[in-house]
Amino acid sequence: MHPARTALDDTFPKRVGIAIHDKRLQAALDHASGGFVARRAAQVAALPEFEALRERARCVKDHVLANLDTYLERYEAEVLKRGGHVHWAATAEEARQIVLDICKAANQGRGAKIPMTITKGKSMVSEEIGLNDALEAAGYHVVETDLGEYIIQLANEPPSHIIVPAVHKTRQQVADLFDEHHRPLGYTRQLSEVGEMVDEARQVLRGHYFAADVGITGGNFLVAETGSSIIVTNEGNGDLTQTLARVHIVTSGIERVVPTLDDAVTFLRLLARSATGQETETYTTLSTGPRRVQGASSDLDGPDEYHVVLVDNGRSKMLGGAFREMLRCIRCGACLNHCPVYTSIGGHAYGWVYPGPMGSVLTPLINGIASAYDLPNACTLNGRCQTVCPVKIPLPGLLREIRRQQFASGLTPWHIRRALQAWAWVAQRPRLYQALTGMVMPLLRRLSGGSGVLDALPLAGGWTGTRDLPAPQGRTFQQAWREQQRAAR
Amino acid sequence: MTAAASGGRARVLAQIRASLGRGAAQPDMPTPLLGSAPRPAFTGDLVERFVGKMLEKSATVERLATLADVGPAVQRFLASLPGAAPRVRVAQALSGITWPDGIEVLHGAAVREDQTSVTPCRAAVAESGGIVTFSGHATPSTLNFVPDNHIVVVHASQVLPHLEDVWALWRAGGRPLPRTVNIISGPSRTADIEQTIQLGAHGPRRLHVLLVEDPQQPA
Repeated sequence: MHPARTALDDTFPKRVGIAIHDKRLQAALDHASGGFVARRAAQVAALPEFEALRERARCVKDHVLANLDTYLERYEAEVLKRGGHVHWAATAEEARQIVLDICKAANQGRGAKIPMTITKGKSMVSEEIGLNDALEAAGYHVVETDLGEYIIQLANEPPSHIIVPAVHKTRQQVADLFDEHHRPLGYTRQLSEVGEMVDEARQVLRGHYFAADVGITGGNFLVAETGSSIIVTNEGNGDLTQTLARVHIVTSGIERVVPTLDDAVTFLRLLARSATGQETETYTTLSTGPRRVQGASSDLDGPDEYHVVLVDNGRSKMLGGAFREMLRCIRCGACLNHCPVYTSIGGHAYGWVYPGPMGSVLTPLINGIASAYDLPNACTLNGRCQTVCPVKIPLPGLLREIRRQQFASGLTPWHIRRALQAWAWVAQRPRLYQALTGMVMPLLRRLSGGSGVLDALPLAGGWTGTRDLPAPQGRTFQQAWREQQRAAR
Repeated sequence: MTAAASGGRARVLAQIRASLGRGAAQPDMPTPLLGSAPRPAFTGDLVERFVGKMLEKSATVERLATLADVGPAVQRFLASLPGAAPRVRVAQALSGITWPDGIEVLHGAAVREDQTSVTPCRAAVAESGGIVTFSGHATPSTLNFVPDNHIVVVHASQVLPHLEDVWALWRAGGRPLPRTVNIISGPSRTADIEQTIQLGAHGPRRLHVLLVEDPQQPA
């Protein structure tokens, strides 16, 4: 597995420690998460059909997944009919190689000496397959054009959110990055206002759009009916990327296909509301094949070549097991915005390109269940993610299933296994259990010295190191239950 | 198909079928799902809703009586912008418009220097406010994204309730979908720096809708 731009060594607990003590990150997360939650809630409240749309979306996705091969073949046939190319990549490595081969052919047709420019719209699949590193290693000049992706490309970091990749950056950090990278281009003014920064990035990126030979975008949805790929943006960067370059490449997961244009509309209604709390994003664009060349009705713009790279990378295996429902995911990021863990530690702590609840499921499934032991275990199982998921993915249940598989395959650390075994042994012996709790409760009460709280406890330093443990009050549950039953009689 | 991909198709499809518990392709397309998806219901005048939604999304709207009013309206719009050149890149599909003296009119695909474009649309959507454009030889899609100012001529009769109605209109035409279909809801925007909304990220800074009330369809 080739990690995408991962400069994140350390263990998960270490990364969490760093994130929690990073004051700028905490300020950025506080600022962002409240806004997303409130804006989504307002949109949902304004649309009485929202729940019915969620249910319909779930049904459409389940229907597609049960017939995935058929819809992919239909989609492929339509793309070919419109003059496009479809490439199938079983692994991330194959996907990178396919894109490299297309770029190589585009570069050979060019004859220029300076490195070929490749513009990119936002694509999580491209992050997943580590595409930028591979393109840069091959000598190409790769430019991310989504403002957030552009910022983290300058910072040489992976995204920390699947919708707002630079959510962890403050405006001062962005100003510093622009100063460092734009000064050599002749932009010497120190910026402090967001508007000035957006303007400067606009001017710098304009040149790249027109210079690019290849434009790479993701695909939010692939429509089997028409062979179209759909992207959704607010900035219009994806459109300039896929219209001005000579070659347009779409990288998309195989699960993104939907049967018809009408089905796509159902998902569009859910996506913007769930992702950014907008009624609709500014630009929704369907691309179908390359520019048309038919005499008088020829297109005046658009790419000469249109390629779709269908990326499997573990998805077809997921289809068969307990995790099929994860393939309904439309990458809206609502589960991140509503996750108390994500909003405390940010995306980088998760260690790979997909963070939050969806990432805690996808990362072990794509990279191997042994590679990301901590992620499913960091979940509190509070269930907010499932409540807001626009396609009703039972994320807590899937995370619990990964934990179960980790335990079954011996990945759970020995001290946790021993502790769980000991607890299970006691819990299966009710008399012993009651006797022990009956003894421990008054003991803990005495240890608290009458204050009602414990600030230290043997074997529980992880808990009491950062907070007090309330000492048990009154009787055990079993004792209280017996007394209540007696009183009722 | 590139060398790297040879066999990729067969392997991916074989794994999908193995996971679905069947060995071969299905002979027919699956029976489509029963029922239809819910469409957000709304009452009231379609055109009023469309105008309201576009304004909500930071577009500007001017209502005109006939297509003949478009030329002067574009001239007024340009005059209201400090420093705007009296030059417009106009989609060939709007060749029926008479332009006032003093406005230079260019056709063809957009170039980097273009400040202002004028385009028609294929339809408009009332539900959440959107303008739908189809690319073609007389409607290049770069006009929707390259210039700073995008002026769109919308006929009141083009406003439909939902996006599904636009697809129905397209299906009735019996032609393949064009290379590019754009659904545009306002000027370009970003909130990528500290969630501060800023208009004019990469696409147009301004989206100006000229809503023509007459029932005549554009060419």
